[in-house]
This record gives sequence, C-alpha cells and structure tokens, in this order.
Amino acid sequence: MINYGIAILLLPLIAFVIQIFIGKKLPNRGDWVSISSVVITLCLSISLFVMMLIKNDPYFKIEEIWTWFNLGVLDVKVGILIDNITIIMLLVVSLVSTLVHFYSTSYMKEDKRYSRYFAFLSLFTFSMNGIILSNNLLGIYIFWELVGLSSYLLIGFWFEKESAANASKKAFLVNRVGDIGMFIGIMLFFSTIGSFLFKDLYLGVSSGLFSIDTLTVAGLCLFAGAIGKSAQFPLHIWLPDAMEGPTPVSALIHAATMVAAGVYLSFRLFPIFTPQALIVIAYIGGITALFASIIALTQNDIKKVLAYSTVSQLGYMILAVGVGAYTYGFFHLVTHAAFKAGLFLCSGSVIHAMHHAYHKIGDHSSDPQDMRNMGGIKDKMPITFYSMLFCTVALCGVPFTSGFLSKDAVLAGALSFSTQHPAHFLLALFGFVSALFTAFYMFRLIFMTFYGQPSNKKVFENIYESPMQMTTPLVILSSLSVFLFFTFPNFNPLSYEGWFMSLVKAKDSLVPGHLNPSAFEIKQEIHHAHNFAMFLSLSVAALGIGFAFLMYFSRIINPNNISKKIKLLYNLSYNKFFIDEVYNKYLINPFLNFSKFIATFDWEIYDKYFINGIGRVTENFSKVVGNLLDYKLLDKKIINGIGHLTIFSGSKLRLIQSGKIQNYLILALIGIIIIYVFQAI
Amino acid sequence: MDLNSYLVISAILFSLGLFGVITRRNGVAVLMSIELILNAANINFIAFSRFGGMDLSGHIFSLFVIVLAAAEAAVALAIILNIFNNFGSINIDDANKMSH
Repeated sequence: MINYGIAILLLPLIAFVIQIFIGKKLPNRGDWVSISSVVITLCLSISLFVMMLIKNDPYFKIEEIWTWFNLGVLDVKVGILIDNITIIMLLVVSLVSTLVHFYSTSYMKEDKRYSRYFAFLSLFTFSMNGIILSNNLLGIYIFWELVGLSSYLLIGFWFEKESAANASKKAFLVNRVGDIGMFIGIMLFFSTIGSFLFKDLYLGVSSGLFSIDTLTVAGLCLFAGAIGKSAQFPLHIWLPDAMEGPTPVSALIHAATMVAAGVYLSFRLFPIFTPQALIVIAYIGGITALFASIIALTQNDIKKVLAYSTVSQLGYMILAVGVGAYTYGFFHLVTHAAFKAGLFLCSGSVIHAMHHAYHKIGDHSSDPQDMRNMGGIKDKMPITFYSMLFCTVALCGVPFTSGFLSKDAVLAGALSFSTQHPAHFLLALFGFVSALFTAFYMFRLIFMTFYGQPSNKKVFENIYESPMQMTTPLVILSSLSVFLFFTFPNFNPLSYEGWFMSLVKAKDSLVPGHLNPSAFEIKQEIHHAHNFAMFLSLSVAALGIGFAFLMYFSRIINPNNISKKIKLLYNLSYNKFFIDEVYNKYLINPFLNFSKFIATFDWEIYDKYFINGIGRVTENFSKVVGNLLDYKLLDKKIINGIGHLTIFSGSKLRLIQSGKIQNYLILALIGIIIIYVFQAI
Repeated sequence: MDLNSYLVISAILFSLGLFGVITRRNGVAVLMSIELILNAANINFIAFSRFGGMDLSGHIFSLFVIVLAAAEAAVALAIILNIFNNFGSINIDDANKMSH
C-alpha cells in the first residue's frame, strides 16, 4: 500500500515536469499527460478506498519512514503515513482534481497558455497529495509552501490583468504571515523532541516533555499556519481576491482542497492542543464563520459570494476542531469539498456562458460575474441550474443532503460545548446565526442568477448551456451531495451514522493531566445535543431560505428598503468590514512609509556621505601612498635594487663556471673536506 | 693481519684514484682512476665483512660493485668515444662547451 502512496505522490510530479518542459509541443497541447496522471491517481485512490472499506478497521494505519539526511545529532526522517483520514482525503483531492481537469479542457480551451495551466494543476495535485501523505511536520511544511506556490501561480495565471497579479501577490504574502508562525511552532517542537515525525510528537507530548504553557504557544503557532492557509480571520483577506484566477482553479484549490489543508493539519494536531489553545481556535473559527457569512450577504459578484461562503464554511470546520468535534469537522470538510467544488464549477459554467454572450454582442465593459447582470437563465442552462440548486440545498443544510448531516454534526458539537461551558455561549450562537445567513445568501444567489427577469434581453438570447466536458463534472459533484454516499449502509437521512463515522474515529487528547475531555465523553455530549441542534439548524435554514424567497423571488419585501434602514450595517457588510482598508491604513501604509523613510535615509545620508566619503578618503589616501611610498621608495629603490644586485652578483659568479670537470671536482673535494673539518671540531 | 692494514691499503688506493681523477687530462686515464676508487671501496666492504662478523653481505656488495663498474665502464667508454668524435681528442679539458 505504501507503493500506492508513492505512486499517487509522484505521478502528478512527472506530469508536471513533462508538461512544463515539452507540453507545448505535444499533440493537443499535452493536456492528456496531466489528465492521464490524475486519472491513474484517482484509480489508485479508489482502490485504496475500497481496501479501506473492506478492512473496515477504524485504527488502520501503515507508515514507512526513511532517513532523509543524518548530520550526527540532527537525524531528519521523512515518510509516508496512510490511514483512513489520508485515504479519504486522497480520494477527495484526486476526484475533484480529475473533474476539474476535464472541466478545464473546455473552460480553458481558448487560452494561449493552456499547457502551462495543466502543468500548474499537476504541480498542485502533487503538492496537495504530499501534504496528505506526509507523516511529519517538515514534509508538511515543504508541501505547504508548494501548494502556496501553485496557488500563487494559478491565481496569477492571467497576470496581464493587474488585479490578478496583485491578488496572487496578496495571497502569497498573507500566507507567509501564517507560515512564519507555523515554522516557529515546528521549531519549538523540534528543539525539544529532535524529530519532526507526528509519532514522536504525540509521544513527546503525552510523556509530558512540554509544560502546558509551551504546548499552548507552540500549538497556536502551528495553528497560525492553518489560519493563513484556511483563510481564517484575520488572514482571510486573500481568499476572496484569489477568485481572480480561472474558475476551475477556484473550485479545486480555493474551495475544495488547498484551503482545507489548514483544517487537515488541525485534525492531525488535535491531540496536542491544550484547552486554552482549543478555545482560541474555536473562537477564531466561530468569528470567521459569522463574519464571512455577513459579508457574503451583500456581495454582487457571484464568485465573491461563493468565496466568502467558503471562508465561512472553513470557519465551521475550525470551530468543530476547537470544540473537540473534529471528526465532524472532517466530515464537513469532505461533504463541503464536493458541493462547494460543484458550486464553483456551476458558477464557472454561468460565467462562461455570460462571457460568450457578451462577446457575441460585442459588449466588453459589462462584468460577466455580476449577478445583477444575470437573471432568468434557469431554462437556458437547465443542467447547470439543477446541479447548482442541489449543491446550494446541500450547503444550506436541508435534509437528504450530505451538507445537512455534516453541518448538523458541527452545530451539535458547538451547541454541546456551549451547554457545558455557558460562558462560551457565543460559539453556538456564531454557528447558528451563520447557518441562517448561509441559507439566505445562497438562495439570494440562486434567485438573482436563475430566476426573475433577465436584465438584458440581447445577452439573454445568446446564453447557451455549456458543453458536456463542463456539465458532466457538475452532475457528478452535485449527485455526490446525496446523503447516502456518506451514510451507507445506513438509510436514515437524519442520522450521520454510516461508514464514514465508523471509519473515522476521534483520538483522545494527549495533553497530560486530563485537561481535555476524552473522545468518548465528547461524543456522548454531542449525541445529547444532537436533536435540539437539528431542530435549531433546520429552523434557521428554513428562515434564511424564506427571507431570500420573500426578498428576491416574490419581491414582497424590497431589499433596497431594508438596506436603507440599516445603512450602517449594510455598508459594513458591503465593504467587507473595511478589513482591507484597515490593513492598508494601519499596517501596510505605515510600513511603506517607514520603508520609504529608511530608503531616503539610506540614499541621502548613508550612501551620499558615509559610503561616498569612505570612497573619497580611500582614493586620496591611495594617491599619496601610491605616488610616494610605492613608486618612489618601493619600486625605485627596493625592487630595482634587488634586480641590480642580482645582475651584479651573477656577472661575478659566472666566472666560476669554467666548464672544466676537474675544477668542479676539486671544489667538491674542498667542500667535503671543509664539512669533515667542521664535524671534527 | 688486522683490519687497520686493510683500511690503510684501501685509503691509499682511494687517494691514488682521486689524484688520478683530478690530475689526468686523458679521459681513459680518468676512467681507470675511477676504477681504483671503486676497488678501494670493495676492499673496505670485504675487510669490514671479514672482521665485523657480517657473514657474506660485504662479498655480495662488492660483487654488485664490480658488476656496476663493468656497466659504468661500458657507458663511460661510449661517452668518451662520442667526445672523441665531437672534439677530435679525448682530452677532457677540450670538452668545455658548458662554460659561460
């Protein structure tokens, strides 16, 4: 099975190398190289998955460790770890990746850097699989940066557009902020344990090598990496901008897989988080969930709504980690990957159609992503519409969908935590309120895009359903949101028990002193809270959908009136709480000004007076030294003097060279006699 | 007979050889003087071997010296022949082209 892991890791890398160097010269611009590598990866993942189902062992785990390099004391080991979480993640990544590859063959057909696009997709798949398969923090860190790189390359894929180039830089830099924290965390653990392996990390923590305070700080430092990668508040600002990239990329990287890497890391590290760290994590997740859903309420760009929705759902997963219900968070990650990738691909299909319609009527100024320009295209694009509707229903948490099960479980986790710790009642509140908002903004999106009157008749007439390469992935992804795929062999649509929950078991916390409740206790508590949570989440979802229906479908309530009444809140939400502006004003601009000041100081004072001054002093000094000392004294007297001396002595000494052998012999004899005489003395 | 008598004979022989090498102008005579020096050494070897209780090592050494002397004589005579061909005499003072 380790061989499967190695093959899954290396195949996309090979495809990347082939594509980047000779992709352009291959027939069909080389897309089949990437596609075949990712399809083989998918087949291998499926066979691993089937093996896992057959074994049906929740504690299944195989691990292979190699020494990477050994420098005496420093012995760095890397390796591959395959357990149930790995296998499920591999399946998610390779499935979404495969569908996105097929979708892209149509979506990116007219792009001039087509082969490079597929090369980058392969690079991303390679690095993401690397994160999943690594059994050590160092490996995760390396692949972590690699997914960051491929995300940077793909966001800035259309770098001729200035906004895309800026967005890619922003994503890269904001991620760096989190990664610095992560690196500090890794080093904090490494300096004590001397190993990067998770195994040794767990062992070190459970044997009490760390004090609780160190553990809290180190855990939160590692979690900082997850904040950056999973776009949690306050580092969430890069994800909405990342939508500048091609839409299939948004589906793959910025909805389903890469942004889930941070959540995945938190799952792996859950056993070492202290209660203090978990509370911080829970609040970050809860605030992100609520905050992003509020922003999503008022956005008009279809991809921006989905982007903030992604941030909000990632907040749910982090919240689940924080309240200890991390297996439910993982469940939500998997279900969310399917329907959110589906939603993005559907929006891509809509944008594609809008773009072509605008192109046809020669309108290059209107925004094909703005929902206000859409409307009524339900019957024009039936496959896209029904797929998107089903994914939306799943995201809102309506029964019979996978989203209902997982969201419900996460909310039950938050609710049970808040009932046990009434001081933290806000966590549950965050969860339920954002569920309400989620239902509202998603149906607002559906109604604005697909129902109502078309805003522009000419555009409307030119909209057609996307080709089959694009609609097939939509159908597959939306059908994966049926509850049965996740609960099999359990047919009850209201209960999440099934293969998933029996194969993914929560680990007990390893923090010494029983500070955290055990996995069993958490599970019991969540079980108690489950029914009430289900009731609440269903009511808020119905409420949200109802409001959206009234405001955007039957238009009984005019949204403009409401926005006028709560002008302040509306503006806050519409302008994304001015977070970017605040960062610009209080972090980036002061920093830029400071840099400018330093640069001026550097040039005007340091360079001009100090550096140039040294230069001038040296120049003058060397003139004096060169002329007086070097030329007049050294060259003329000493160097020439030695030459003259040699010539003089040579002319005298050469007289000895008579050429008569017997003269030489006599000299040698005299020499030997002298030596003997001296020895005798 | 004791060791000293042999050493004295060998010293006389060596001095004669050295004298010959330095004073003779004839190349062949110089060669013959070199043979004297070598034989002085041979006498020393055998004398030390006999009186120093060194088994037959000295004899072996002198045998080697004799063989080497024969080889050396062959090479040196060839050199002298060449000198004669080049300078028209075997007076080694004439072969002074190496002086400045």
